Amino acid sequence: MRPLERVVAMSTMTYLQAVSDALRTEMRADDRVFVMGEDVGAFGGAFKVTDGFLDEFGADRVMDTPLAEAGIIGTAVGAATVGMRPVCEMQFADFVACGFDQLVNVAGKMMYRQGLSVNVTVRLPSGGGFSGGPFHSQNPEAWFMHAPGIKVVAPSTPEDAKGLLVGAIRDPNPVVYLEHKNLYRRMKGEVPEGEHVAPFCARVAREGEDLVVIAYGAMVHTALEATEDLEDASVMVLDLRSLVPMDEEAILAAVRRCSKVVVLDEANATCAAGAQVAALIAERAFEDLDGPVVRVATPDVPIPFAPALEGAVLPDVKRVREACRDLLAY
Amino acid sequence: MATTTFAPPDHDGAAPAHLTPTDRVALLRHMLLMRTIEERAMTLYRQGRVPGSFYDGFGQEAVSVGAAFAMAAQDRLCILHRDLGAHLVRGVQPARILAQYMGRAGGVTGGRDGNVHFGDHRLGCVGMVSMLPDMMLVATGMAMAFRLRREARCAITWLGEGSTSRGDFHEALNWAGVQRLPVIFVVENNQYAYSTPTAAQYAVAPAQRAAAYGFPGVTVDGNDVEAVFEATRVARERAVAGEGPTLIEAMTMRMHGHAAHDDMSYVPPELLEHWRARDPIDRQEARLRTLEVDLDALRDEVAATVRAGAEEALRSPEPDPATATDRVFADEEVHLGDGCAPWSGWSR
Repeated sequence: MRPLERVVAMSTMTYLQAVSDALRTEMRADDRVFVMGEDVGAFGGAFKVTDGFLDEFGADRVMDTPLAEAGIIGTAVGAATVGMRPVCEMQFADFVACGFDQLVNVAGKMMYRQGLSVNVTVRLPSGGGFSGGPFHSQNPEAWFMHAPGIKVVAPSTPEDAKGLLVGAIRDPNPVVYLEHKNLYRRMKGEVPEGEHVAPFCARVAREGEDLVVIAYGAMVHTALEATEDLEDASVMVLDLRSLVPMDEEAILAAVRRCSKVVVLDEANATCAAGAQVAALIAERAFEDLDGPVVRVATPDVPIPFAPALEGAVLPDVKRVREACRDLLAY
Repeated sequence: MATTTFAPPDHDGAAPAHLTPTDRVALLRHMLLMRTIEERAMTLYRQGRVPGSFYDGFGQEAVSVGAAFAMAAQDRLCILHRDLGAHLVRGVQPARILAQYMGRAGGVTGGRDGNVHFGDHRLGCVGMVSMLPDMMLVATGMAMAFRLRREARCAITWLGEGSTSRGDFHEALNWAGVQRLPVIFVVENNQYAYSTPTAAQYAVAPAQRAAAYGFPGVTVDGNDVEAVFEATRVARERAVAGEGPTLIEAMTMRMHGHAAHDDMSYVPPELLEHWRARDPIDRQEARLRTLEVDLDALRDEVAATVRAGAEEALRSPEPDPATATDRVFADEEVHLGDGCAPWSGWSR
């Protein structure tokens, strides 16, 4: 007998619309939730995620803040300690560096030190691929993976863009939510209407058994495209979705099944999320491997502006395909 | 907006309008308790029972006690490392404080953080981080939530004059000014940030800078507990009336080194002499003598309380090493609760 399934109405949305839908759904359902950031009100956000929110929710809950990232995160922490659920928008992920101390030293350590939860969601429009240059293209997730007490999630699909953001807003901890700018309007998909929460765990984006590409965010799509027709090889793509907590069992299961692993990051290579995945595999799945763990990532350089230079450093379909071919032939 | 200097409430000999004799004794008692606990903790440090270093607020007792005394139970506090008095006013017991210094399981953080790096969230207090003005933004955010929910409550935080050099100081004052938030910033100007004197710290006095953010800055004698109380009481009234933040610059002196290891040879002895003659406890005692308060009995009671607290703290076990990786993440939301508010004004 099939389990009973709830009939869920679906809508086709872009990734960007799904982010908006998550915020709108939570703000309608819960008056503790409010958004704050630079130009999120009258302008509707630099990427229009909160377009129309001001009219529906008012200026108190769609708060245009001073231009101050430490201020945005620090005041959000304070509001959370007295029972609010703030959602902070960094205009670009890169700018979170200015609020780093508040996130890492104040928010991340609060529960451990004094048993006080900090339910703050920090949205980071991240990633490159459109000549944003060194300050509008970064993938800073590893900074926060290294800081205890902060969860880090990175959706790749519209469905997860909604589900993980709702999950982040409801999670009692500080959550860094990476929304990839290159997916905002490029990705379209079916998204459940109303209540929809995605768990902070990995998802198999495509089944396969000869090799697995482990990725997250925009790179999931790069991985899918690079391996959809690869000399009859059956390639699994594992979408991590959550970097903290990292779904170790899903990673190990994929390695056991495929024996060959390519780990793909758009972030700079050193100490990236993919480095953590590779270390996990080396420690706990060495016997399951049938070849070296191969990493594809952005070299340790700032993200350059000119398309010719940016294209030379960001992982693309061609690089991933070559890495997979080489490993399949190993 | 002019900077004003807050006159001590009884500088002309009149009794303060908002303090009963019982309140005035309570102010003294909390200062005595703070000093006695810190003296006991210094002894424990010298005995090797306090790991790390030890930081105290000797000579600055009036700033935390006076300001915290003006706050209501539903207000929220971000408390710094020379402000033990604020924790005492909110109701933290001496045994938990002394166990905290020793890193014991019975300390407020159960050994997870040391010194005065603690806040009992059940009493409405958030413990500091070492980057001191960070808490200014946290307090500002509490006030922002109160305003969003139309609640007549107030947030307060303390900071040192060294904190005024950091960006978070500017971001918090600007934010609080722009949104006219119910928050009070108490700058505890104790003349030195570690070894750096005020002349190397700022060109414009902290109180004067408040005007640039659109709200009043007041200067108060930080070694006069009743003056600090009164300045904070007025600031709180303004805050809950929707009139916005206040910056209070409490002038005081750090009478000990930055921490236990620091002999503060960089401080001119005559400066210490100047301030020693203005000791906040001596001054409050002098006032209360005219009220025929039995000060000896009060001192005995405080000494006995701290002695009992120390004995209890010493009985507290070390934290279990097996728990060192527990509770990095919350399973459910935990918010700040209400604290003690002993001022008689809250029971009227």
